[in-house]
Amino acid sequence: MPEQLLFAMEVTLNGLMAGVLYALVALGFVLIFKASGIFNYAQGVMALFAALTLVGIMEGQIPFSHLINATLGTDIHHFGWHVPGILAIVLTMVVMVGLAWAVNQFVMRHLVNQEPIILFMATIGLAYFLEGLGDIMWGSDIKTLDVGLPQGINTWIDETTFEAFGYGFFIDNLDIVATVIAALLVIALVIFSQYTKQGRAMRAVADDHQAALSVGISLNFIWVMVWSVAGFVALVAGIMWGSKSGVQFSLSLIALKALPVLMLGGFTSIPGAIVGGLIIGVGEKLFEFAIGPMVGGATENWFAYVLALIFLVFRPQGLFGERIIERV
Amino acid sequence: MFYREAGDFKTTYVDDNQTFPIKFDRYRYYAVLFVALAIVPFLVNDYWANAVLLPFLIYAIAAIGLNILVGYCGQLSLGTGGFMAVGAYACYKLMTAFPEVNIVIHVVLAGGVTACVGVLFGLPSLRIKGFYLAVATLAAQFFLVWLFNKVPWFYNHSASGQISAPERSVFGIVVTGANADAWAKYMICLVFVFGAAWLARNLTRGSVGRRWMAIRDMDIAAEIIGVNPLKAKLTAFAVSSFFVGVAGALFFSVYLGAVEVGEVFGIQKSFLVLFMIIIGGLGSIFGSFAGAAFIVLLPVFLKNVLVGGFGWATDLAAHLEIMILGGLIVVFLIAEPHGLAQLWRVAKEKLRLWPFPH
Repeated sequence: MPEQLLFAMEVTLNGLMAGVLYALVALGFVLIFKASGIFNYAQGVMALFAALTLVGIMEGQIPFSHLINATLGTDIHHFGWHVPGILAIVLTMVVMVGLAWAVNQFVMRHLVNQEPIILFMATIGLAYFLEGLGDIMWGSDIKTLDVGLPQGINTWIDETTFEAFGYGFFIDNLDIVATVIAALLVIALVIFSQYTKQGRAMRAVADDHQAALSVGISLNFIWVMVWSVAGFVALVAGIMWGSKSGVQFSLSLIALKALPVLMLGGFTSIPGAIVGGLIIGVGEKLFEFAIGPMVGGATENWFAYVLALIFLVFRPQGLFGERIIERV
Repeated sequence: MFYREAGDFKTTYVDDNQTFPIKFDRYRYYAVLFVALAIVPFLVNDYWANAVLLPFLIYAIAAIGLNILVGYCGQLSLGTGGFMAVGAYACYKLMTAFPEVNIVIHVVLAGGVTACVGVLFGLPSLRIKGFYLAVATLAAQFFLVWLFNKVPWFYNHSASGQISAPERSVFGIVVTGANADAWAKYMICLVFVFGAAWLARNLTRGSVGRRWMAIRDMDIAAEIIGVNPLKAKLTAFAVSSFFVGVAGALFFSVYLGAVEVGEVFGIQKSFLVLFMIIIGGLGSIFGSFAGAAFIVLLPVFLKNVLVGGFGWATDLAAHLEIMILGGLIVVFLIAEPHGLAQLWRVAKEKLRLWPFPH
């Protein structure tokens, strides 16, 4: 096989893996949008916050130590213990559920029936708040996250492809793990929303708030639950991205990448988020590989958005979105 | 008592149609103009000009521009930073290519170039609506910033990749570059702000503005009663981008002097201007000013209190600052979703009756 084609295949595979990670973030968006009609810009910062909290708990950092030191003149940093990964993840989940409750109690409950743009702005405010809170709680330096996921080149794929084509593919173990976890997460979410009582209630709320309320479903409970599930998805995405490239502010910017993913797939569709993520992941990697060198590189910055823009002109509701019907 | 129409007799149609029909409003407007034109230039120093006044004036132009698009025409845009970059780079290319032409003309032309680019990116708005459009305008934001980074022609092949404003003067007074006085910079921005606000106010209360608002309220219904959506949406994009481009040109040439595109005109800038119009009030020129003042003053105020008052480290204060900013935005949206302009409207209604209870 010609070498270029092999390179392209490797790039495609890596693109698929990257796409899975985009899809993970996009999934959180879709969940909240479906259940409450809120376009949650803060999803990316939630992933950052979750990852920061996880690292902080694992390393036994004292929350707000910087602030305490500045106001009281003390010099404290660590509790002096290390928490094992699994326990830290559970504790972080508790924090995320608490966050979901607080968001619902203090923000979203007061904004029921407002226009979508107001809700969107509120989540941007929330994103800023969480970003500042995360930095104040745990410090703003770049942290490494290691919860024991395998990392580095997968030697089996490398050797097999070397024997077959005479050229070894470089695939990161972490990406493979991320793909598996993402697949499991999606299956779990589908089972949850289709076969459990709470899942059914969630779909009812998504369909029609008032009708759901009138048959006795508690909106407050459902919203807290949806935000918690979104927090859980954010935690998973945070762990994956954090293990890959360190826990830092740029983590919250992947949220923006999830937007074109959503647009391609359609805002209301879980399969759409996955397929959109894969298309964007493969598309931007292949484009950078084929066209990038000709125009100076770094096309990954905008390719996803332009692709989504062109796509939407032909199909405004996205791939799997509900058909937009307007009545006067 | 004093804030009412009674006793203020209008004898011509021109009088009846004026921008401020109430006497008190009219005098307040003249008073503000007088203070801004005749008192502030003598008091302004470098700190006040650079920390407060220049950003306020320039952001006010950008906010008016975005408010026309989002508040009056209902097309949500997240590409403001990119369009500001177009204005800045167009101004830079014009300034270096035609050094003998007056800077004022360059800034206006830069606005014109941005209007053309805005129309180009506004074309999809005919098919795409709401949040889908907002994300589509992100394409403009990221693509334009990337373009200005990657194509050396835009920054005249300078080694650092930055653009820096050469020294230019208006009526013999230096307004750009390191030697410009604070009051000169302030005055040129003020003139542009006045022009922008006057233009925007009169456009929005005329037939063009009514067409925009019809599209905003319901585009299909507007089309049925004879508003051409293509024309209305594209004029909104053009006028909005013109103002945003002028703001970008001033931001680069007068305020900063040297610009690195990814840093100055990134996505954060788009959100900042959007915040301004939401907090100030969608669909209100006064709201654009109020929002710009709020967003510009808040960090200055917080910094002075936290760093100057409590003596905290600057990085800690910076984190607390974004936290407070985020929190305030949420509180604001809960308390008054229609922004500062709505508070002002309510206050005016109260003033009309004051001091009587009914």
